[in-house]
Parts: sequence; C-alpha cells; structure tokens
Amino acid sequence: MINRILAWLTDGAHWQGDDGILRRVVEHMEYSLAALAIAALIAIPLGLYIGHTGRGRFLVVNAVGAARAIPSLGLLYLAFFWLAPRLSGEIAFLAPAGLVLVVLAIPPILSGAYAGVEGVEPAARDAAVGMGMRGTEVLRHVELPCALPLILSGIRSAMLQVIATATIASVLGLGGLGRFLIDGLAVRDTPQTASGAVLVAVLALIVDMFLAMVQRSVVSPGLTGRYGKVRV
Amino acid sequence: MTWLRGHFVEVLSLAGHHIFLAGVPLVLGLLIALPLGWLACRYKVLYPFLIIGSGLLYTIPSLALFIMLPLLLGTNILDPKNVVVAMTIYSVALLVRTVADGLGSVPEAVNQSATAMGYKRLRRFGSVELPLAVPVISAGLRVAAVSNVSIVSVATLIGVAQLGSLFTDGFSRAFLDPIVVGVVACVVLALLFDVAILGVTRLLTPWQRAGKATA
Repeated sequence: MINRILAWLTDGAHWQGDDGILRRVVEHMEYSLAALAIAALIAIPLGLYIGHTGRGRFLVVNAVGAARAIPSLGLLYLAFFWLAPRLSGEIAFLAPAGLVLVVLAIPPILSGAYAGVEGVEPAARDAAVGMGMRGTEVLRHVELPCALPLILSGIRSAMLQVIATATIASVLGLGGLGRFLIDGLAVRDTPQTASGAVLVAVLALIVDMFLAMVQRSVVSPGLTGRYGKVRV
Repeated sequence: MTWLRGHFVEVLSLAGHHIFLAGVPLVLGLLIALPLGWLACRYKVLYPFLIIGSGLLYTIPSLALFIMLPLLLGTNILDPKNVVVAMTIYSVALLVRTVADGLGSVPEAVNQSATAMGYKRLRRFGSVELPLAVPVISAGLRVAAVSNVSIVSVATLIGVAQLGSLFTDGFSRAFLDPIVVGVVACVVLALLFDVAILGVTRLLTPWQRAGKATA
C-alpha cells in the first residue's frame, strides 16, 4: 500500500494541470488564509478589548465554548442551504465554506487574545500607567507585546484547524486538497485518497512549522524561555 | 419539529453511537495520556519531545486520519473501530500536555511531605499527586470531549453511522430538518459530556468545596 501511495505521489502527471496537486495546494491555502484573515480581523480586536477592559468576559468565554461544539460539517450544509439560493456563481459555494472556516478559527484566536492580555503581569501594567501612558498606549506598548505569544499560539491553533477542515469544503464541489479525499473515496481509488490525506497532513505540518518560526522571531526575547505552543 | 417526532428513535440511536464513538476514546485517551504525561512531568528532558510529539498528532486532519487508519490497521473502512482509534489519537494529543501540566502544578512541598510521611512513589502518585492534578486534567478533558463530539460527525463521510449521518442525509435530499436536528443534538451531547465531566470532577475534589482554608 505504501508503495502504491508513493507511486501515486511521485507520478509527475498528478502534480500538474488544473486538477493537479500544485493547483490544489494553492486553492487550499487561498481558502485557509482568507478565512484566517477574516477571523483574525474579528477576533483579535475583540479579544484585546475584552482582555483590556475585562468587559463581556463571561459572555465570550461561554460563546467560545459553545462555538467549539458546533460540528463543522453540519454547519457547512446549513450555511450552504441558507446562502446558496441568495448568491450566484462560485461565490455561492465559497461563502458557506468560508463562513464555516471563519466560525472555526474565531474561538482559538479570540481566547488567545483575551487570555494573553488578561495574563499580563499587573506590575507591568501599573508601571506603564505610572510612566504616564494612557489606556490605548498601555495596550499598544505593553499589553500587546506581552500577549503576543498567546495571540500567535491562538493563530497557529486556528490555522491548523482551518487547514484540516478546509478538506470538507470539497463536499460542496470546491477545490483544495479535499478533492483527492472526496473523489478518491467516491471512486474507491485508495492510493489517491491516501495520498490526499498525506498531502493535507504534510501541508498542515509545514505551515505550523513556518508559523512557529514566525512566532520565535517576532516575540520579544524578554518573554521567551518557554517550550512549544499553548493550545487554548 | 414534526420530522424529529417521526424520527425520534432513529435520532436517539444515532446519538447512542455518537456517545460511544466520542466517549470511549476519551477514556482510552486519558488512560494512555496518564503515563505519558507522568513521564513528561517527571523527566524534564522528555517534556518537549512528548508535548511537541503529541501536538503533531493533532495536526492530522480528521478526514485524512479516518481514511488512512483502515490502511494502517488492516480494518474495513466502514468499521467503527477506525473512528475509535482516530478519536483516541486526538484525545491523547490533547491530554498529554494537560496531564503533564496538572501533575506539575502539584506543589513540591506537598510531594515532599507525602514522601516524609512514608508514601512510596506509586502510592504517592495515586493518592496525592493524581488527585491534586484532577482540576487541571478535567479542564483538558472538557476541551477534548467537546472536540471529540464535533470531529466524530465527520466520520459520516466514510460511512460510519452517528449524528453526522443526519447531515449527509439532509444534504443529499436538500432537506434542512435532519441537519438542524443533527447540529443541535451534537451541541447538546457536547454539553452533556461537559456536565458529566464537571460532576465527576466535583466528586473527586471534595476539598475544593470545603471552604477557603486560611493556610
């Protein structure tokens, strides 16, 4: 079996063209990055606000927990039936898949952001206020840099889940690496399915390693000295 | 609603499968994560390897794992065993860190007192360290339980029956009711798991309710 998967993966014909591996990887990353960007635009400011002011914490903690329990596949189908009749063309398929991935990515980023700001050493915050900084300055110059490790952990966690889940977008007929899984399953082409599975796992690993390097380089050295990532 | 009334027994039976497919791996995962977490906590050299290693397992997409396991285990693709093994892997991935951190949160003075009172290593672990680590481990278990309930529903794409079957059923007939019922049932199940874990934690940690000590 391993040999058949290797044979499938090393067949040059499977890498090229509109339904080749390279094209699918690009599609997969397009969906994932778009969803992650939208989720980050919503979740980071909200998380910073909650962590900074302490307002709405209870509501958000519970909403985040509940959002995690929503099964992605069910939400995908619901979003499809709700949005598809209202839209036309490819966007009718992209919008439901995007919505599901954004809903999936928000909880880890949001909890990383508010837990990060909330966990800032009170002495550091007091010192900043004592130096004459205003609320937004404290947030920008003290809380944000100190919270960065947890914010980035949240983003990594979200990215992993989004890349993994973007595979199910293919059940709506969209591209991405999920195509190999879904199409392979449909025609019982096991090497294709298994190769698709391997490709997604490898892509997830490579992206996570890349983000780990980004995390290492942007976090202030004054804060480092801890292992690995925090899964929130 | 009328759809649910007509199919109540079917939904209950699917929910039963769902509880089995999400719950059994949670217990198995905890049993595997306990010794691994203990190793990571006891031998600091192993900590990064075990934590990063188990974290990597979580990066494997669920659909990919469901499909690959039959090839690795030699089972039939429709066999629910694949789902149980896959979910156990995810549970271990999430729990090793929690167990290690939970055991690490036990104050050193407490461990030394236990040793001074004559507790040998195994007994100290069972009756001092593990009980004190319960609150942290339970927090990790709650996350793992919710994630299990949600991930199990993807198994419908490989044809294993559980609440996710309602999604594919509704989708293939362009019929919303089963999908809505399935989503709500999944969220309710996740909530039930959460309440059950909280209840057990409460029973196992009577000291947390004994009022604030003034030590």
